[in-house]
Amino acid sequence: MRSIWRTLDRDVARDIALVCLADALVGASFGAIAVSAELPLWLPTLLSVVVFAGAAQFMFVGLIAAGGNPVAAVAASLLINVRHVPFGFTVGDLVGRGWRRAIGSHLMIDESVAFALAQRDPVQRRAAYWACGLSLMICWNVGVVIGAVGGAIISDTDALGLDAAFPAVLLALVVPSLRTPAIRRAALVGAVIALASTPFLPAGMPVLLGLLGAVVGLRSGRPAEPERTSA
Amino acid sequence: MSTTTLLIAVLVLGVGTYALRLAGPLLGDRVALSPQVEEFVALATVVLLVALVATTAFYESKDFAGYARPIGVAVGGVLAWRKAPFVVVVVAAAVTAAGLRLLGVP
Repeated sequence: MRSIWRTLDRDVARDIALVCLADALVGASFGAIAVSAELPLWLPTLLSVVVFAGAAQFMFVGLIAAGGNPVAAVAASLLINVRHVPFGFTVGDLVGRGWRRAIGSHLMIDESVAFALAQRDPVQRRAAYWACGLSLMICWNVGVVIGAVGGAIISDTDALGLDAAFPAVLLALVVPSLRTPAIRRAALVGAVIALASTPFLPAGMPVLLGLLGAVVGLRSGRPAEPERTSA
Repeated sequence: MSTTTLLIAVLVLGVGTYALRLAGPLLGDRVALSPQVEEFVALATVVLLVALVATTAFYESKDFAGYARPIGVAVGGVLAWRKAPFVVVVVAAAVTAAGLRLLGVP
């Protein structure tokens, strides 16, 4: 475990620290929102430990607070988390095996995947994934507890522009991967599909549908196969 | 809603999410992926993250998020494209969105 921190590039560590600060503030607002909706104190805290996925947690708390059916709330939140399946194929080798896999899989969040993706060297990839996942596990949960107990310390994270910070974090980390025209085309098609379908589909689906962009990128990125001549 | 129901719902969500997270590492370990498939998986992750950026920049659940947020993210995107440091990208996006709201932009 200590080797993660020793290996980690100092600049990457600083970047992770910034994301930690931003996510702790969002976590505090999550805790405050849940408690102000008259949900029990333990709910946001337990969710943050066992689910550890911001978008799904906000969805779940929102639906429950509105008096929604718990089965529907679980289903809607799980749908948002389906994106972790494709993520898992990418970061599978960084997670390791045995107990490392058991813990490392739980640390799979948008930020840790994006931080891993942004590193070139495999050793740095692993260090960035684990450092980001572990740091955010701590910061996110500390933030949620502070918000849940302290109430509306930060009532409006939008006033701080934190709603723009999350997409900007992912964007900053993914831009270096947009190396070739084929990758850029695939990403653009995926983004357009996701944006166009968001008003019509349940949360989580549009992003998965955006994966069609990867299919387009794959087809356009490879030279056409020669026609097979019949013998 | 009773505490027990709520507790069970949270635990089911937790276990379900964990299963989704574990699926990739487990399956990837069992099945040897060809270089083409690995290339596709890497591309899929990039596409997924960009789609996530796009939807979270423009939407608040299913409604338009207002102008301040996407403009802030766009400022961050331009800076990232010009290889600005990560901290500059993220802070610029947040400050732009917050500043626009202060000026009354929704």
